[in-house]
Amino acid sequence: MHWRAITRLFGILLLLYSLSFVPSIGVALFYDDQQWDVFAISLLITACSGALLWLPNFRQKDELSLRDGFVVVTLFWVLLGVVGALPFILGLHLNVTDAVFESVSGFTTTGATVIYGIDQLPYSILYHRQQIQWLGGMGIIVLAIAILPLLGVGGMQLYRAEASGVTKHEKMTPRIAQTARVLWLIYLGLTIACALGFKLAGMTLFDAIGHAFATVATGGFSTHDASIGHYDSPAIELVAIVFMLAGGANFAIHFMAWRRHSLAPYADDPEIRGYAMIFLFGTLFVAASLYWTGAYAGSLESLRHGAFQVASILTSTGFGTATFADWPLHIPLTLVILSFTGGCAGSTAGGIKVLRILLLAKLGFRQLFHLAHPRAISVVKLGSRAVSENVLFSVWGFYVLYIITSLLLTVAMMAAGLNLESAFGAVVATINLLGPGLGEVATNFATVDPVVKWLGVFGMLVGRLEVFTLLILFVPAFWRN
Amino acid sequence: MKIIILGAGQVGSTVAQSLSGEANEITVVDRKPELLKELQDHLDIRTVLGQASHPDVLIEAGIEDADLILAVTNSDETNMVACQIAHSMFHTPTRLARVRAPDYLVHPELFAPDAVPVDVLISPEELVTTFVQHLIEQPGALQILDFLDNRVQLVALCAENGGPLVGKQLRNLGYRLPKVELRVVAIFRRDRAIVPDGETVIEADDEIFFLASRRNIHAVVAAFRPIDKPYHRIIIAGGGNIGKRLAELLESRYRVKIVERNAERCRSLAASLRRTIVLHGDASDVSLAKGESFDQADVYCAVSNDDEVNILSAMLAKRMGVRKTLAIINRSRYVDLVQGSALDIALSPAQITIGAILTHIRRGDFVAVHSLRRGAAEAIEIVAHGDHKTSRVVGRCIDELPLPEGTTVGAIARREQVIFPQRDTVIESEDHLVVFLADKAKIVEVEKLFQVAVTYI
Repeated sequence: MHWRAITRLFGILLLLYSLSFVPSIGVALFYDDQQWDVFAISLLITACSGALLWLPNFRQKDELSLRDGFVVVTLFWVLLGVVGALPFILGLHLNVTDAVFESVSGFTTTGATVIYGIDQLPYSILYHRQQIQWLGGMGIIVLAIAILPLLGVGGMQLYRAEASGVTKHEKMTPRIAQTARVLWLIYLGLTIACALGFKLAGMTLFDAIGHAFATVATGGFSTHDASIGHYDSPAIELVAIVFMLAGGANFAIHFMAWRRHSLAPYADDPEIRGYAMIFLFGTLFVAASLYWTGAYAGSLESLRHGAFQVASILTSTGFGTATFADWPLHIPLTLVILSFTGGCAGSTAGGIKVLRILLLAKLGFRQLFHLAHPRAISVVKLGSRAVSENVLFSVWGFYVLYIITSLLLTVAMMAAGLNLESAFGAVVATINLLGPGLGEVATNFATVDPVVKWLGVFGMLVGRLEVFTLLILFVPAFWRN
Repeated sequence: MKIIILGAGQVGSTVAQSLSGEANEITVVDRKPELLKELQDHLDIRTVLGQASHPDVLIEAGIEDADLILAVTNSDETNMVACQIAHSMFHTPTRLARVRAPDYLVHPELFAPDAVPVDVLISPEELVTTFVQHLIEQPGALQILDFLDNRVQLVALCAENGGPLVGKQLRNLGYRLPKVELRVVAIFRRDRAIVPDGETVIEADDEIFFLASRRNIHAVVAAFRPIDKPYHRIIIAGGGNIGKRLAELLESRYRVKIVERNAERCRSLAASLRRTIVLHGDASDVSLAKGESFDQADVYCAVSNDDEVNILSAMLAKRMGVRKTLAIINRSRYVDLVQGSALDIALSPAQITIGAILTHIRRGDFVAVHSLRRGAAEAIEIVAHGDHKTSRVVGRCIDELPLPEGTTVGAIARREQVIFPQRDTVIESEDHLVVFLADKAKIVEVEKLFQVAVTYI
């Protein structure tokens, strides 16, 4: 471990991050909501601690090893979670547990909240909540496309030497830094387009920007208690569906489409095709179920709510126009399954990811095929490219760890006092980075025990860091030199 | 004609053998003395030992006044470089080369005169796969060859008891298929050619060659054989280049299984084929054959590079009850031994390839040459030039042509039109003629017949 190099890195990171409080100060001054000093103090604390970490290690320029990568990536989310909690503690006087939960929920783009009365919050705090989601989304894209493939996490090797893979794309750019810049430009472009869409569909400028932040990041924080349902506007819901789906698609594919000025990369990519199919069939199924159970009057209304909720949950955004936990019969469980499926690899979405689900399904079919033809040799293919056995094992391992972690977290949450439905709901909401859960946590985590909240924080980090990156830190072999 | 052949492998030596009988001066170059010695012992040719792409070796082989260079060593690169040298240093007029790697073949611009100057690319794998593909698409046929821009096909088949025409005179074919235009060009009975006419009575096991257009082939084949149901299940034994290409061509329309011995190769096959089932094992392994129900298969193609393995596994498949077995057999002596009895169709890659080469070696304006019956017979497409004065062909009707015995004009292409000639059909200038020679030795006479007198410019 190159601890001093890591410390230096985080010093620089904190110094940079302290700048992110500047827009919040601006918002506070603009709306004159008396919170500017909260952000000024947060900025100072962050900048000072950054400098404290950085200055003593000024000359440390050791190359980080792959093993350091796991530590850096995990600490990155933990540290930002803590720093992002400062305004909640100073401004809203939340206790540490609630503040960290809210902040981590933001950075991991989960969108679960412990705050009631969001409509009454000061503008600057609202802005801060939306902004941490946006920054978290930005971080995860670089993490998922540029860093995790290097670490070989859960089949992400497929993306090594980026996007070359899956659909035979050329490498995006030769260097990680350059790749990151391109990805951020795309992310920024999507955000601006989304904000414009919301504005044209009738939101105020503040809401449009705030919701654009949370939509493209597939986060799910809103500036209203009733979330998107507050507006009751089909136009706004349509814009939200489009950009949630865009945020849940692989950003490498966005990049290809943008560079070639064509939509062909979307149509050619097997993962995007699977993603689109899941969305379409999920929507039809949920809409039909809503219609037949009579939850909404009319088929169009059912389709509208079905499509919005499926997009919101498949991409793990968690915006609501209705509380899906209250929908009849099998619909909540269907949505929970969709939430486990998640968006595409290399996106801001959570869940297991369509890519891995596709590979697991193909692995299953191959097993059946082998029973019928024991002497046959077959290869799991994605598009026209063969997937190596190593990657398949890695995906299989990912899936097993993901499910086991989910089950153990459910048990732990039940031990902390939740009933089965609420505990399962809380795990779905956090590990899949969804936001809304079932039962007691259907819309808000405010009422649950602090232990549940900390378990939730852990679940969100596990989900965001693709399981392996976090869990490897608990393996003794990792620390042995 | 002075011809230099680079490479004394299967194709090289078969071509040398075939051409040495036609008054050509042939020099064969190879790096292996034992191969050269073998050729020298049997054929009237010269041999040169050395690396085929080196200029001094080429000079020793007499490239300075050679008319044609045929580069068929087993290295694509050597073949291409040799053609380059022949062109740049010695201005050899005609250069033929075998290039196998698809990576080269997908860039035709590479073989332009100012790049890699190869006049004719020969790809035996491609010829063989197309050949097999034709056979599978047309059950009952032994061989299908394209002529006149694919407008007419020459089909070989074996008459079998149960066919409506077997035991009857050939003239009945016209009554049976009044609307079909076709021409039976030759019948081989116990390896002897019969010149067919209306009186000829068809016997079982006759090998019949006829010309017809593709859409009519099925109806004609059905006249000589009991009904052949279309094929569905194909087994390919051997996953080399030919096996892989064959599977690629067939897998969208047939249920294909491919058997390969090398596990590594199996993985690579599985990765590039879409619907084919790739089996790892020995093609002659009975438990594998039973487990994968080879007995239910319609066609068994043994296409590995080992003659003995191909023959034995095809025989085994035949014994298990596969409807049609075919095997690639390089050694021509084996072919006579097994074809027709032990297995249904024996393919010789060299024989299939040689036609493409002969087209460029023959004197006269040849469009296509196909070697048949292990090189004993030949079918050619030749263009008639000149007028009544300068040509011995143009302006004369078929009956007047002094064609050698056993030689038949089967079809004529005149501009857009295809004619199945009668006795009184008159040949015009620029006609393309499909001529069948039951005896290849008569080719020299046919060449002379089509030569244009010197006065013709």
